[in-house]
Amino acid sequence: MSKILDLIGVFSLLSVLAVGGGAAVLPEMKKLTEGEHHWVTESQFVHIYSLGQLAPGPNMLMVAVIGQYVAGWAGALAALAAFLLPATALTWGVGRLWERLAGWPWLDAIQRGLGPVSIGLALSGAITVAKAAVFNITTLLLAVAVLAILLIRHVNPAYLILASGVLGALLLR
Amino acid sequence: MVNKPAAPVHVGVADIFSTFLLIGATSFGGGVVAYLRENLVGGRKWLDDEEFVQVMEISQTLPGLNATNMSVIIGDRLAGVPGAVAALVGMVVPGTLLMLALGVLYASHGNSPGATAVLGGVAAGAAGLLTATVLQLGRKVVGSAADVVLVAVTCAAISALHLSLVTTLLIIGPLAVWWYRPRRARAPAGS
Repeated sequence: MSKILDLIGVFSLLSVLAVGGGAAVLPEMKKLTEGEHHWVTESQFVHIYSLGQLAPGPNMLMVAVIGQYVAGWAGALAALAAFLLPATALTWGVGRLWERLAGWPWLDAIQRGLGPVSIGLALSGAITVAKAAVFNITTLLLAVAVLAILLIRHVNPAYLILASGVLGALLLR
Repeated sequence: MVNKPAAPVHVGVADIFSTFLLIGATSFGGGVVAYLRENLVGGRKWLDDEEFVQVMEISQTLPGLNATNMSVIIGDRLAGVPGAVAALVGMVVPGTLLMLALGVLYASHGNSPGATAVLGGVAAGAAGLLTATVLQLGRKVVGSAADVVLVAVTCAAISALHLSLVTTLLIIGPLAVWWYRPRRARAPAGS
């Protein structure tokens, strides 16, 4: 039971801190789940995150797998609910008030100020994933190839992730 | 600023659930927003483009995942709280089930040399994908030298100084908002 409460504590905090989306909290999520609670190792964390890119829907549903490792099916549900509900409840409430907020002069300041902050956080998330995922020349080339393809062409990233897995099977043995 | 057009559409909760379930099951490769727009604005005409953009703006301003935030607002506008719940659950159930199945496989076979090689490749690809996403978003959001400084300082606080996310947001968030504070160009307009 205390593990369920820990999961709820960690993921509900991350939920309300996810400014600009899930990538913003990746460094903190790794710190809390790997460093502080020892629920997963660094390579498990990055593997679970990466597998999450293969699932349809929002790409942070991987939190359910961390919960699953800690406390089975109840853990999966607790982590997922804690990660989704605080932020969605807040959004629901503010969404209803939005028409009234629309003329508030500080709203524009909040949006323009938090925009670059959220990019900085997401960049930190990318650094966290890259540091764990890139460990030799092959993984570096794979990551750079996927990055380059996505910057120049409109390809469904799921195909590139699958292709990366196939290339990994061939090249990383 | 945004005028809400016409009367909102009323849709049954079961219809909302099945529609979001379908989007949740088919939106591979991230970019759920594009799938939402295609299905809800294009296919079903539950919202018009202007409403959709507003929903996106609200979702991006508030913390949390864009896909789930947008689902909740759209569900709520279509059928109140039951609609919001139906949209949220529909959006996350398919992907969660797939993730949990992958999680079980990973727990049982994740340490085999073959799986480690596949996962090594998948993780490298995911690193490239996330970097591309950040660069593409950054191109849209970052428009001034001050923005570049805010991106760099925020990233350095987390990745170089290893400050906690709470500390980083409490220090940089208010500074960033203050930088873009409302200026009194015209006469102060009360409140």
